[in-house]
Amino acid sequence: MKNVQRVETPLSPDAVSRLRCGDRVLLSGFVYTARDQAHRRMFDALARGEVLPFPLEGQVIFYAGPTPAPPGAVIGAVGPTTASRMDRYTPALLERGLRGMIGKGKRSAEVVAAIRKHGAVYFGAMGGVAALLSRCVREASVVAYGDLGPEAVRKLLVEEFPLIVVNDREGRDLYEEAVRTFGRERRSPAGT
Amino acid sequence: MPPVREISAETITETVRKLYLLTNVSLGGDVRDAVREGLKRETSPAGRDALEKILENADIAEETGIPICQDTGLPIVFLELGQDVHVSGGDLGAAVQEGIRRASRDGYFRKSVCDPLTRENTGDNTPAVVHTEIVPGDGLRIAVMAKGGGSENMSSVDMMLPGAGPEGIRDLVVERVRRAGPNPCPPVIVGVGIGGSLERAALISKKALLRPVGRPHPSGGPPALLEREILEGINRLGIGPQGYGGAVTALAVHVEMEPCHLASLPVAVTLQCHAARHREETL
Repeated sequence: MKNVQRVETPLSPDAVSRLRCGDRVLLSGFVYTARDQAHRRMFDALARGEVLPFPLEGQVIFYAGPTPAPPGAVIGAVGPTTASRMDRYTPALLERGLRGMIGKGKRSAEVVAAIRKHGAVYFGAMGGVAALLSRCVREASVVAYGDLGPEAVRKLLVEEFPLIVVNDREGRDLYEEAVRTFGRERRSPAGT
Repeated sequence: MPPVREISAETITETVRKLYLLTNVSLGGDVRDAVREGLKRETSPAGRDALEKILENADIAEETGIPICQDTGLPIVFLELGQDVHVSGGDLGAAVQEGIRRASRDGYFRKSVCDPLTRENTGDNTPAVVHTEIVPGDGLRIAVMAKGGGSENMSSVDMMLPGAGPEGIRDLVVERVRRAGPNPCPPVIVGVGIGGSLERAALISKKALLRPVGRPHPSGGPPALLEREILEGINRLGIGPQGYGGAVTALAVHVEMEPCHLASLPVAVTLQCHAARHREETL
């Protein structure tokens, strides 16, 4: 596979500027899991002028809710959830220093623009292969919103977590480019 | 009068428990075969990598008992209850829910079921959605599906114009898959329910997913032809595995049909991610 980059968190502006749409990445370091309910709480906390339960500057949020760890394991199955459900909360987090996101699926035009504006990156992780991805997690602990159960914010230490750059800081989009490259549509989508 | 056959509620609970546990850690051979077939056709490097990861993940889950996907699903249970069966020692519905509860506990599954308004978690993956059909005979068929939220969110029912015809239906389904793009975790399996009513179309589109992946409609007639045409249309889209581009956007299309009202043409599309998890047993 071409262009495999080893990247560490927290993400420096320099590291982000080297990442291009379609690049393969092996990510190591701490990432924070947060999905629907945690995003709502963070968004509301920021609106009230409160401090978030973890620092955003240069950090990476992983849209994920793992299965519980069986006895003796660090974590259960873990993998990305659909990112678009977090779109409405995302520009506010990027504004405050969030530099990377891991998820699956398309982002809104607003998020793509905010990624560009703030020099951030959206990574795709492979969905539905959570037993495989769980092997990259070395540590896991709940750091906020523990009452949310599977939706709590967890700090994960990951090692060589396999990702692909979907939206880079230049505004490119892997999913759109993929369809343009591989699509063989007979008709134009006009009228649909 | 045929004798009544007794099936104990505990047997039903234990069967549901076993099926829900198994389906979350053991990807069906039919899905694996379909992914392997996909690898023969896929030329996109990122697409091939995604397909290979699906197979590798299935092996790891099987060996370790770690779930295939962290979304261990909304449990959906299809019961076909023979009319000569008597459920003894408990309530049928409660027996099914208890089986889901035990599997979620024993398998360390994520608790993914919540109140729709408050979003408060029910804590044990119940209530499962249960569809019960009374059929002739003295058997009880139990099919348990672990349905992921990402692909379910991209599913739909359209009330089409009655004259839309096979071409119109084909274009609608292809368009639904195009719009879903990478979100439902392609390569997907597409369940299409045509006819019936609003709710029957949705139900048969989901039941269509219980068929072994890629097995054509048993009639071999127009529904089977439509399955091939829709599949071809979808795989021209270029979305590819996980949306990273390629030829394998769908592994299969399964169509089910029922007669409908003169004025109507309901068409439901249930998208199923590549982690297609369902198991069944007949008691």
